[in-house]
Order: sequence, then C-alpha cells, then structure tokens
Amino acid sequence: MSVDVTMPRATAPAILPGSGGMRGALSDLFWRRPQLLLLLMLLPPVLWLGIVYIGSLFALLAQSFFSIDEYSGLINRQFTLKTYGDLLQAANLDIILRTVTMAALVTLASAIVAFPIAYYAARYARGRWKALFYLGVMLPLWSSYLVKIYAWKLILAKEGILTWLLAKLHLLWVLDAWLSLPVVGGNSLSVSFTGTFIVFVYVWLPFMILPVQAALERVPGNLVEASSDLGASPGQTFRNVLFPLALPGIVAGSIFTFSLTLGDYIIPQIIGTSRLFIGQAVYSQQGTAGNIPLAAAFTVVPIVIMGFYLWGARRMGAFDAL
Amino acid sequence: MTSAVSFQKVSRHFGSVRAVDAVDLDIAPGEFFAMLGPSGSGKTTCLRLIAGFEQPTAGSISIFGERAEGVPPYRRNVNTVFQDYALFPHLNVLDNVAYGLMVKGVGKAERHKAAEEALSLVRLPGYGARRPGQLSGGQRQRVALARALVNQPKVLLLDEPLGALDLKLRENMQEELKSLQKALGITFVFVTHDQGEALSMADRVAVFNDGRIMQIGTPEDIYQRPRTRFVADFVGSSNVLPPDFVQRYSGQHRWGSLRPESIRVGRAASGEGVAARLVSTNYLGATTRLALDADGLKLHAVVPAGTVLPAEGEAVMLTFNREHLHLMDEPA
Repeated sequence: MSVDVTMPRATAPAILPGSGGMRGALSDLFWRRPQLLLLLMLLPPVLWLGIVYIGSLFALLAQSFFSIDEYSGLINRQFTLKTYGDLLQAANLDIILRTVTMAALVTLASAIVAFPIAYYAARYARGRWKALFYLGVMLPLWSSYLVKIYAWKLILAKEGILTWLLAKLHLLWVLDAWLSLPVVGGNSLSVSFTGTFIVFVYVWLPFMILPVQAALERVPGNLVEASSDLGASPGQTFRNVLFPLALPGIVAGSIFTFSLTLGDYIIPQIIGTSRLFIGQAVYSQQGTAGNIPLAAAFTVVPIVIMGFYLWGARRMGAFDAL
Repeated sequence: MTSAVSFQKVSRHFGSVRAVDAVDLDIAPGEFFAMLGPSGSGKTTCLRLIAGFEQPTAGSISIFGERAEGVPPYRRNVNTVFQDYALFPHLNVLDNVAYGLMVKGVGKAERHKAAEEALSLVRLPGYGARRPGQLSGGQRQRVALARALVNQPKVLLLDEPLGALDLKLRENMQEELKSLQKALGITFVFVTHDQGEALSMADRVAVFNDGRIMQIGTPEDIYQRPRTRFVADFVGSSNVLPPDFVQRYSGQHRWGSLRPESIRVGRAASGEGVAARLVSTNYLGATTRLALDADGLKLHAVVPAGTVLPAEGEAVMLTFNREHLHLMDEPA
C-alpha cells in the first residue's frame, strides 16, 4: 500500500538562518545563557526590595536604639537601650497586650468564619458559582477601606441599622446585656472593643478565605473518601485529614489577619474606645509626640511577635503538608 | 450460601447518564472477582456502590446478607485500594496503615504493632517511618494494600490498583495479589480495563459495557465462549465474523468469533480456505500480529515469531479449525 506523506520542500534548509538584528542576537544569547535572562529579570525587584523596602526597615529599627532628649525633644544619635526601657512601662505593655489579644481573637474568628466558605468554594462551587465566590470575596477589597469603616460605624451606631433590626426582632435586650459587660461593652457597639473586633474580622476576612480555599483545593477528594472508607466518621475525617492538610492555608491566612491587625491604626481610631492599639501608639509617638525612637521600638514589637508566631507554627508542624 | 456482595437490579444514574443500569450480580465469599470493561462502562461506579461512596438510584445492594443502601462508607466493613492509592501525605507510612485502627480507637502500641505486621505482609517491613512521598509507585501501592488489609475487611475493593505500575512490576504484583488473596481468604473485587489482568487473576470476570454487564463467567468462558460481539472484541480482541460468513462454515446464520491465534496463514492457492490479502505485519516479540483483508472483511491473526511470512500486500490463504469458530448468542 502506498503511504501518502507530505514531503518537506526540497529547498528548505535543515537549519534556519538567524532572524538577524539586535532582537535575533539577544534571543539567541538568552537561549544559550538562561541565567542571564533570569538575572536581568530579577535585578530591578531585588534592588527595590533590598534597598527601598528592607533598607528603610533597617533604618527604622536603627532609630529604636537612639533616644530622645526629654527637654529639647531632639534625638540623641547614640546607641542606647533606654527607649526599650520606656517601651516596657506598664501603660505601653497594656497597649501591646491589648493589640495582641485583639489580633489573636480576630485571627481565630476569621479562621472559623472562613473555613466553611473556603470549603464550599473548594469542594462544591463550580463554574458560575465559583466566579460568584471570587467576586463576593474580592469585591469588598476593591472599595475604599475608609468608606467601609465609616459604613460600619453607621451600622454599629446607637441609631444604626443593627440596633433598629434587633429592636424589630425584640432582641435589643441581648445587645444591651452584651454592652453592659466590662471590657467588651460600651455605650454602643461603635465605641466598644466588640465593634473594633467585628470590623477587623470583616475587613481581613478575604485574606483568610483565599489561602484556606487554595489549601483545600489542593487536598485530593479521594483522601476524604479514603478516610471514610477506613472507618472515620465525618468529624474524624475533618480532624485527622482535612484540618491538618488545610493548616498551611490557615497559617498563611492567619499571618495576614494577625499582622494586619497588629499594625492597623485606622480601625481602632474610628470604631472603638479611646484606648490605644500599637498602630495608634506608633502614629501618635512619631507624629504628635515626635518621639521617633519610641515609635520605632513599637514597630519592632509586631515583627518580634510574628517571628515567634511563625517559629511556633513551624514547630507545631503547620508547614509539614506543604 | 450468602453472597459476599449481591446486586439486585441496581441502577445509578447521574442526570440522564445511566452509569450503572439494572445490574444483577452475585459475588461468592472468598472469590477473586474482576470487573472488566472500557472506561465509562460503569465498573468503577459499581465498586463505589459497594464501598458506599455512591448510593443506588434504584435496586438493592447487600453485603454478606445485610442491606447496604443508605449505609455510609465508614459503617461498612469493606475497604478500598484506590487507583492512585490516596495515601495521606501528612502521615508517615506506619500511621497511614494504622489509620483505620486509630479511628476505631485502638491504642497506639497495639495499632502500630498491627500496622507493622501488615507492612510485613506486603513485604515492606521497616518502612513505617517514611513519608508516602518518599516511596516509589510500587511501594505506595503496597502501603495502600496494607492500609486496607489491616482492618481485616469482609470485602476488599481494588480500583485499577496496578494501572500506574510499569509492566514488570505489574506482573509481579498480579502474582502477589493472587497468592495474598488465597492466603487470606478475603473476597477481592477488582476493577480493571486490562483484559489480560482480569483473565490471569480472577476466579470470575464480569464484562461491563454502557452500564450493563455483558457476560459473567470464568476467564475461560469469557475468552473462549464470548456471548456478544462486544465481549469477543474487547476480551482478547477476537475476530468478529458476520452471520453470512459464519453460515458458510457452520451452516448457522449467527454472529461468530474466531481468536487471532486460531487462524493459520498459508500461501495463496494452497488448497481451500479463505482467500485474503496480507495488509501489514506487526512484530510483538514472542508473536507477530497480522492484519488481513478477506474481500473487505478485516481480520487479525497472531502467529509465533519466526514464522515465514509472505510480503505485505501479497495474497494469502487463511485456514482454521472449524471447532474454533465460536457461535455467539447475540441475534444476527
């Protein structure tokens, strides 16, 4: 039987000529030396990160080892630990403790709220519903942060919609009982720590949902089936398979929610009590008080806390499933 | 005697797709049962129905006499070896194998001892501390087997367990699975699309197509006496002969099947036979496969390597023993 094969044109050369010019020469050079291309691509971002980003951070840290002259208000550029001594005063420790507690609670609540949403998106949502999920999670990120916070102030205010809604439902007594509690309570939700907490959870939630969803997406569905097949109830499957495999995502999300809460100074200023958080302390120390060294020392606190946090997460095996 | 697994008119429909359609099936205790069929034929869905991952749309399933509809997988004393093994990546091999005992509340020392024994059974002693990611495909397959067997299931389900292994390893594992099943006496239900695997390992084979069982029988039955054109073609790619052709040789107007190895190829004009043309030859090592054209009817023959063959395109004469021509039940 004759086989019909399209023959290459007899005139075509085996090796094509270079396309010529600068571009052709560059293409050939980069093909032969791929490291060169990589170097050229990485150089600008590395310079940016190394000098502008890390460099300014170190400049800031260096400031924390200077001190302020209490009479003249001038900065004494000599190495001292005096500023760190000031940082450990009871009032400042209060600020640190308050901020860390808030960050921890916000992180925990975000994880609890985010998990079912992320689970649904990773396991069940397909096509149109998945698009809707991404839109729903991302949409709040597209609008101004300040607008959202002021909107929440109106929602949580004594004359706001939440109070109105609870009154209609004859549940106002629940709100009043909550607001009469010490620490978490206050005159209205918008001037209480509870209000600060609610808005923090709202604003940072997408940063928890997305990494958890990505982690759950990577868990093959047949692991859940295998667990069930081996006799594990749905609760046991969650504890022994789903949760450990989602943990890297939860930790990644918690790094966002925890560190963003540690550093934020706008939410507690607009919604909450007059007691300061770390971000506000930094803001007032470097602004009104002009005490740059103490402000710098305050910014070291979240960095150190995050360092310990990551170290602890690693030791607990949070990254084992990566 | 109670069947290990019994299907009565079981259907599983996904929307308009009839993945499994009115299947009747009885698997005897201690049997090595294979479900054979092309992809999408419903064999894996049947396995998932036994495991409990799927629930039947209609019909009833019982496992050792007990009704299984609505019973979740974790309450069935049935274990599965998954196609891609589904080992837990965050647990080491020992904890993977001990998982079933762990969720049943067996103490740590006891379950680790049992897991170690199961690993010895699949010839992986001392591998407990490794992570699944550090094992080869064949080793993972054995771990998956140990993880299922440690629970001493009433029925062990295997979903194409050898599909991802290379040929040599697959042949070894076939023998091992077979001897393991004999030694343990557990009912094995094995899903495969590889007819050679099904024929060499199983006590009985069910051939699936389009959500239905085409034929159930011993490997010999299935291979020698296919009942439909599909079975003849799928199992061992037999030559399916049209009724008019069959009538000339058997006197009956029925579909027939003729195994490729039953056809002898001789020179043209060497006595009586079927005149044909040799289209192409395909060297397979131990045998050579010939594509033939007998006046428009495409046939295949398999001859031992070393047979002197005419050149491609030449006329040949085909002969076969009449008793090798099998008449099928399928209506003409």
